[in-house]
Amino acid sequence: MTIFNLAIELAYWQQTIIRSVLGLVAVLLPAGTLVYLYLFKMMSFMQSRLGPMEAGPYGSLQLLAEVGKFLQKEDLFPRTADRVVFKAAPFVVLASTFLLVLVLPAGPDAWFINIDTGVFFALAVSSISVIGILMAGWGSSSKYSLIGGLRAAGQLVAYELPLVLALMGVVIQAGTLNVQEIVLAQANGEIFGWGGIGNPFLITQFLGFMIFLVAVQAELTQPPFDMPVAESEIVTGYLTEYTGMRFLLFFIGEFATAGIFSALAATFFLGGWYIPGLDPTDNLFNLIGPLVLVGKMLLVSFLIFWFRFTYPRFREDQLQQLAWKVLVPLSLVNIVATGVLKVVF
Amino acid sequence: MNLEASTQQLSYIANQASDARVNIELETEGMTLNLGPQHPATHGTLRIIVRLDGEQVVSADPVMGYMHRGYEKLTEVRTYPQVTTLVNRIDWLGSFANEVPFILAAERLMEVEAPPRAQWIRTALFELSRIANVVLFLGDMAVQLGATTPVFYAFRDREFVLNQIESVTGGRFHPNFDRIGGIKDDLPKGWIQETKDVLVRIRSFCDEMQDLVVGNEIFQTRTRGIGIIPADIGLSYGLSGANIRSSGVDWDLRRDGGVGLIHDQLDWKVWTHPDGDSFARYWVRLQEVRESCKMVDQILDGIPSGPIMAKVPRIIKVPPGEAYVETENPLGIMGYYIVSKGDLVPYRVKIRSASFNNVSITPWVLKGVYVPDVISILASLYFILGDIDR
Amino acid sequence: MSSPDTTEEEVVEESIEPQEDLIIDEERDAFVESIQKDLGSDLIGSHVVPQIDVWIRVTQKAWLETARVLFEKYEMSFFNFLSAIDWKPSPFGREMDAAIDNTDDNEMGIESEMEWGVTGGETRFQLLARVHNPVTNIGINVKADLESEFPEVDTWIPVYPGANWHEREVMEMFGISFTNHPNMVNLYLPTEFEGHPLRKDFPLLSRRAKPWPGIVDVELMPGEDDDETEESGEET
Repeated sequence: MTIFNLAIELAYWQQTIIRSVLGLVAVLLPAGTLVYLYLFKMMSFMQSRLGPMEAGPYGSLQLLAEVGKFLQKEDLFPRTADRVVFKAAPFVVLASTFLLVLVLPAGPDAWFINIDTGVFFALAVSSISVIGILMAGWGSSSKYSLIGGLRAAGQLVAYELPLVLALMGVVIQAGTLNVQEIVLAQANGEIFGWGGIGNPFLITQFLGFMIFLVAVQAELTQPPFDMPVAESEIVTGYLTEYTGMRFLLFFIGEFATAGIFSALAATFFLGGWYIPGLDPTDNLFNLIGPLVLVGKMLLVSFLIFWFRFTYPRFREDQLQQLAWKVLVPLSLVNIVATGVLKVVF
Repeated sequence: MNLEASTQQLSYIANQASDARVNIELETEGMTLNLGPQHPATHGTLRIIVRLDGEQVVSADPVMGYMHRGYEKLTEVRTYPQVTTLVNRIDWLGSFANEVPFILAAERLMEVEAPPRAQWIRTALFELSRIANVVLFLGDMAVQLGATTPVFYAFRDREFVLNQIESVTGGRFHPNFDRIGGIKDDLPKGWIQETKDVLVRIRSFCDEMQDLVVGNEIFQTRTRGIGIIPADIGLSYGLSGANIRSSGVDWDLRRDGGVGLIHDQLDWKVWTHPDGDSFARYWVRLQEVRESCKMVDQILDGIPSGPIMAKVPRIIKVPPGEAYVETENPLGIMGYYIVSKGDLVPYRVKIRSASFNNVSITPWVLKGVYVPDVISILASLYFILGDIDR
Repeated sequence: MSSPDTTEEEVVEESIEPQEDLIIDEERDAFVESIQKDLGSDLIGSHVVPQIDVWIRVTQKAWLETARVLFEKYEMSFFNFLSAIDWKPSPFGREMDAAIDNTDDNEMGIESEMEWGVTGGETRFQLLARVHNPVTNIGINVKADLESEFPEVDTWIPVYPGANWHEREVMEMFGISFTNHPNMVNLYLPTEFEGHPLRKDFPLLSRRAKPWPGIVDVELMPGEDDDETEESGEET
């Protein structure tokens, strides 16, 4: 039907190449879009300035200029750094991002992998980045990096829990761990017998959505949860000693993960690649599905970046309190309520 | 008071604990973190050696001198009019205010008094430089706490104030405009109306900060109850300005000082806050900007006509004697103790700068707090490096 | 302004501004008298400028005691500053076009006698501190004569903890050390720095290398015309 079905008829190495290219596109394109659209432009407009205007029309090529700049820079190591760990850390973080993108379906047949434990897989691989960050913090042999790395580890572990628990409501309601089927469950769902817009879980799982967003914000170490990279006290935390290419990898990792988490949120709560009014099995969705998904992703990430530019940051202990005392109990309540209602209806 | 006691107690316990641990083998020793001198949060080159136990500060020891320029020595080889050029650079965000107490001290020794118009213009510029200075603090405090946006608003609106200062004095940062016996030039045409427009902007900026920063829940959790300085401790360390008024001490030299500025002819209010924490310091400064706007507005309406310069000799020689004059500068009390021996140059000038005393409390107030609070407390004490190192 | 009043018995101030008609500042007068009672013979001199300021001079050994009295009895809770003055004239002259510099001697008129400011003095170094009562809004300048070239004096930290850094600054700048100070190390200067920059015999090298050219460019007073002043040079 589509290129994906076509791919089945291709040799394995050909499939692999196509998948790799598409994977790169799926990671880099959202990251670039987010950086340009939100970090460069929206942030500038919010702060009553124009942002980059020189490279390309409205500064649209600024991103390339930045990448070029980073690539030119010397790859520096602190003298006492643990070299292997220091070098490997950005790749570990980036690997987590690339693994995460695999579970995202972009159409009824447009997917990288379609496994029954998709949600479980996504949450599992998203925690790999913690290891990378700890490696960066430790390997830099800098006190700022170490503090930053430890803070980040503590924070990511703490917010992993609300992230998982918030999705449990979705899983219970959809009755499956398969991401594709969660999308279909929303597309085919009905709200009290009215199937006009399907049943995006945003409505029934609004609390879950909010918790998920907050947890994602924390997982991304963005303000107000950017204590691990707080530039005004520990310089930039685990990023302090990184330059050039390796810093760029971390940077791409951060924004690509922001994009993919937004896409996950869009998939779990906003109906993913589906738009109401059409047949979810329509072949058309294999073409426009990715675009719809990107559109919804931009919507969600707008929220993430809006918070980012508006709020000051929490202190580390306040942030842990928020996770353990507020978000975890709330998400447990959400699970119980969803479970009860699921049985009742 | 209770909180203060518990902070002290906490630091004492932490001290004991870190001492005890040294004796045990395989101990996890405390960590020494060197904040600065090249650190994003220190507005220049202040260095703070922080001993940490986990994330808690056991002791904090500021080290300075990276920008010491020896002004007290240099003033001894400068004529009185030349000294204003130097002292401009002490608190570089509110430069004009630095000149005022020095000129007033020299005027007191010479027994001349500036004509009313000069005094009014002086006061207007004094308050404008306070606005230019504190507006930046209002944005900067937020950026230290991680909110990136307010500081851009602060820079944007401060620009207009600097433009007004520039159009009178010719200098954005270092006006060097005050003269013994008056001021250098009269106001340019149309300045009064332009300044009024700027004040409208500054007022709306203050409202913006009220909504964006003061009203923000995270900002409040980060600053309320953090870095509490009780009034008596603050006074004995010589804290001044908004720092001491936010500890509930109702003392403002503009109202109580009785020096040659015309604040007593204006209708304004001294704001205090009972809490003495970082939030109070931010809040009091926000109110002070509003009061300054009010004052400048009244000054603009009421500037009397007349000369701007008293009769002073062309070559200024100051009669022998000693005088100390202090004014309420943007950062706190700034004073000059001048010893004159009847020469063209002062014999000795002691510069009492506000930030030096304000920062000297840091070893006390930083004990027992968390690392993130170090930043919020330092930011809320608000110092300018040039004002510490002189 | 006034001549110093060094006899310890008559601590009454003189009115200093002769053109003003003897403004009596009863508050400050009473204040000085009261301190006189508290400190006894340790108060050597005093000076009052009516409505403006008070100076007292105390002995070196009463330095800490003075702080204590001012803090406890007079509630001078605000610590303003602590510094010192070197009264020994600079061996390099007064640096500017002072009359004493313009003598034709090769020896560039060097003063050798010390002249003290208000409240007088006896020794080369005088400590100078100022504390303030924020309630009654009266401030007081305290001076103390210090014996010897490298004097030692009690620290004020037990009374005013804020004196800590000021005393370190005085130590490095003047070579005056403070007993019982917890951390008597340089504040601004590098540890290995030699000399005490604010002493008058510490040369300011840039001025030695290139002497001051004299007043050459005096700006006009507002309202003054150019023809009014024929020459803009030295008129010392």
